Amino acid sequence: MLIRLIGGKVYDPANEVDGEVRDIFIDNGKIVATPPHDRRIDKSYDIRDRVVMAGGIDIHTHIGGGKVNIARMMFPEDHRNDPVSRTTRTRAGCGHVLPSTPIAGYRYAQMGYTACFEPAMLPINARQAHMEMADTPIVDKGAYALLGNDDFLLRMFAANKDQQIINDYVAWIIHATQSIAIKVVNPGGISAFKFNQRKLDLDEPHRHYGTTPRQILRQLAQAVYELGVPHPLHVHGCNLGIPGNVETTLDTIEAMEDLPIHLTHIQFHSYDNEGDRRFSSGAPRVAEAVNRNSNVSVDVGQVMYGQTVTASGDTMSQYRNHLLADPNKWMCMDIECDAGCGVVPFHYRERNFVNALQWAIGLEIFLLIGDPWRVFLTTDHPNGGPFTTYPHLIRLLMDRSFRSHMLSQINKSAAEASHLTSINREYSLYEIAIMTRAAPARSLGLKDRGHLGPGASADITVYKDQVNKEKMFAKPEYVFKDGELVVQNGKIVKITQGATHCVKPDYDKTIERSLKRYFDRYHTVALDNFKLRAEEIKGNGSGVLAIHPCRTAKHA
Amino acid sequence: MDGLNYLTYQEPIDSIAEQRKAIMQQPKFRRLSTLPLINVPCPFCSLLCDDLVIHNRAGQLRVEKHGCPKAIAEFERPPTICAPRIRGSDATMEDAVAHIASMLRAAKRPLYSGLGTDVAGMRAVLPLAERTGGVLDHMHGEGIMRHTLALQDSGWMSTTLTEIKNRADLLIFVGTDVIHDYPRFFERVVWNQHSLFGPKPERREIVYLGRQLNTAPGRSPKGRNPLHIDCDIRQLAQIIALIRTLLKGNSIKARRVAGVPTSVLWTLAERMKNARYGVLIWSPASLDFPHADIVIQVLCNLVTDLNNFTRFSGLSLGGNDGSVTATNVCTWQSGYPLRTSFGRGYPEYDPWRYSTDRLLAHRAVDVLIWISSFSARIPPVVPKIPIVVLAVPHLKLRQEPEVFIPVATPGVDHDGQLFRCDGVVALSVRRLRNSPLPSVAKIVAAIYESL
Repeated sequence: MLIRLIGGKVYDPANEVDGEVRDIFIDNGKIVATPPHDRRIDKSYDIRDRVVMAGGIDIHTHIGGGKVNIARMMFPEDHRNDPVSRTTRTRAGCGHVLPSTPIAGYRYAQMGYTACFEPAMLPINARQAHMEMADTPIVDKGAYALLGNDDFLLRMFAANKDQQIINDYVAWIIHATQSIAIKVVNPGGISAFKFNQRKLDLDEPHRHYGTTPRQILRQLAQAVYELGVPHPLHVHGCNLGIPGNVETTLDTIEAMEDLPIHLTHIQFHSYDNEGDRRFSSGAPRVAEAVNRNSNVSVDVGQVMYGQTVTASGDTMSQYRNHLLADPNKWMCMDIECDAGCGVVPFHYRERNFVNALQWAIGLEIFLLIGDPWRVFLTTDHPNGGPFTTYPHLIRLLMDRSFRSHMLSQINKSAAEASHLTSINREYSLYEIAIMTRAAPARSLGLKDRGHLGPGASADITVYKDQVNKEKMFAKPEYVFKDGELVVQNGKIVKITQGATHCVKPDYDKTIERSLKRYFDRYHTVALDNFKLRAEEIKGNGSGVLAIHPCRTAKHA
Repeated sequence: MDGLNYLTYQEPIDSIAEQRKAIMQQPKFRRLSTLPLINVPCPFCSLLCDDLVIHNRAGQLRVEKHGCPKAIAEFERPPTICAPRIRGSDATMEDAVAHIASMLRAAKRPLYSGLGTDVAGMRAVLPLAERTGGVLDHMHGEGIMRHTLALQDSGWMSTTLTEIKNRADLLIFVGTDVIHDYPRFFERVVWNQHSLFGPKPERREIVYLGRQLNTAPGRSPKGRNPLHIDCDIRQLAQIIALIRTLLKGNSIKARRVAGVPTSVLWTLAERMKNARYGVLIWSPASLDFPHADIVIQVLCNLVTDLNNFTRFSGLSLGGNDGSVTATNVCTWQSGYPLRTSFGRGYPEYDPWRYSTDRLLAHRAVDVLIWISSFSARIPPVVPKIPIVVLAVPHLKLRQEPEVFIPVATPGVDHDGQLFRCDGVVALSVRRLRNSPLPSVAKIVAAIYESL
């Protein structure tokens, strides 16, 4: 079926198209070049004066897996504010900060997003994470396997194993968990917490293994790079949320030298400790370091006001944060000599000095980093706020007077302490298209996503051009997923099942011998049962596993 | 149904099977019908031990290694089949499904309970419950409720089996001996041979709190007896409160609390503080008395207090018959754990109102769909509420239901996915024999289609 989108203003940064009026042709789910004149167009959409972008890609959103589900269980009171009824087409469920899986898929699609990546999948929990993602309709998904606190790896570090063996293990994990990238959370810190260590700085040795976070970060980043995995090591660094942690973040950037690295929810790692309250913005220093080091990309993890729940693998930090739990209930879990998880509810308040400044710090990072190819739009859903706040966040970035107005509403001391008043920058539509489409696709190695050139999968969002960008981005007029119209004027018109994206780096399979020995002795699951087979994702035929190529392996 | 049998055996597709296929292709093995399957996960309790060696000889399964009495009894049960029945008379599957569909069309508020099934089964049940405005509860709903209420009202610090196996140096069993419901718990994670971090597992300290517990498994391989503090678990809250008071450094004048000498509890509190990685273990199903969820909260709070001194975690044993699986799937698909109703089109959660017993007692539902694909647990019977039973064929009903459909067991008759007792680990269970019985997922999907 040949579809023609007529006359839209196209924002396609991957192909350097900045608001040009163009027709887009879709054939069989793919975008194609202008077909010959004699080919019959099966369906046309007149989208003159409309803004066209590729479907949005969320590079960091907690949509599936153990900690999210525990958080859902913990929060019936949050769901009650947002019940969703069944229709003949769509499932019942609930929304707000911890949407049920079908509702998460619908709401992303309704917002013009067509791919979401779960950034913290514990290898031992991979089966559950993929099951939840499989039950998240319409959008594509993928997951980053969490390493750096697993005893198998820490033992190898302690024994000074060769980088090659580390690489083989990292690759084996990517295969065994059907993931697309590697994430590290508080390197070594989750494990150290199990040994009753309550903090772990970048150069502080782990009580049992003697390794430091610096070593873990470097070797993991090296492994990811040498394996040719497109997305660089996805780093949730040390000392999350601690005033003064900007030093750790700067040291971490320094420590990587030229190795590619992605620093996630960097807002939570950009706190200085100046001023009367020993809490201040480290955003200018972080932005300056990011601007200077082209090997670094970040996503922000913007804080949005209101009730939310934080769900993280970082038990060390979540245990520390439980004193701030609002409402006062929380959980932490040590998991399978693999990692951990912690769920702590937060209520970010604009009148609260710290929360207000967190909000400002996030915006400062967005506005002070010059290259939109290296800063991605996230709230670390649901940790900084639910993903449904993205349209509001986009307006804050694109509309300076709106931003000033919002700044005038927050805690006065925080507003004074922030640098926002002196920043005039407004994001353009082109830059928004970079940070929410082109850049995440490029970073993840998704060659056929995030752009509108011939050959791309037809994930397309069509917006009414409006002055109020929040309204514009909240309710696209059309959303196409793989060429099928799935959303029209904010209504779901078709349910599809997105693909699961993954990579399959080459490695030496003899690593399984030592892994098998380890599993037989120390684990409670057999190696063969631990592995998540591709068949399980393909399920009854409804799931699709999209395998993306790795770069040709580069050896140091 | 007679034409179908269990005799043809097909191995599930996985790497083990592939390796075995290679061996089988060697001429000398070709005449053997099968070789034993290794690393077989057992679906019959939520420990999900996955090291069983099972041999299929012409459809009859034999547990050759690592079977506990429960696993042996269940796997080795001679396969039985029977036809579906409508009001006691044999019927075709199509008629049985159509009959259920007509019951559901007429029903105002069906109750889907039992829910002893796998992930696929729950994935099928949820849309059906949504469409029919039904309510969801599990056969072990009371225990699940105590567990989730503690999470919703205070939360906890918890751990999982591999952590215990490698890390725990003090294990305190509260109101449960574990062994009855989870037969290999001690063998697998307490008295295990190898452990990553010292001290050696055989030096682990074991404490029991409660009465009428089988403490024999708590005796170490070298014969060291566990400490058993005999007490009435209904008075557990007082005992825990006293320990928490002692941990706060307060002195106590009382000599005994809930019949236990204060000195014993003082010693216990000191041992807890000095543990390197202590674990408090309970089973919500065993804490079966009014307001036990509050006692579970108190246990969780004790664990949290202990983390001011050292590392301590709780392990709440999630329950069998797929209860952890049903809870998890219901939560991710609807947002709420079990005891959720779709009566108004959207999910509503109420752990008291939507209990199976209460709904039946108050006749607040008009059809009961009972699902039990692991154990022969029978449904509660209430006059004038018609019952549909989707259960193992050997289920012995006291009263003939409106419709009975025999179902296959996940992990024996078909592939599936199940969650372990600690809630984090999900495993794929495998088909071990050919079975003519349909899975719960298939039947429920067929009912949905017939509506």
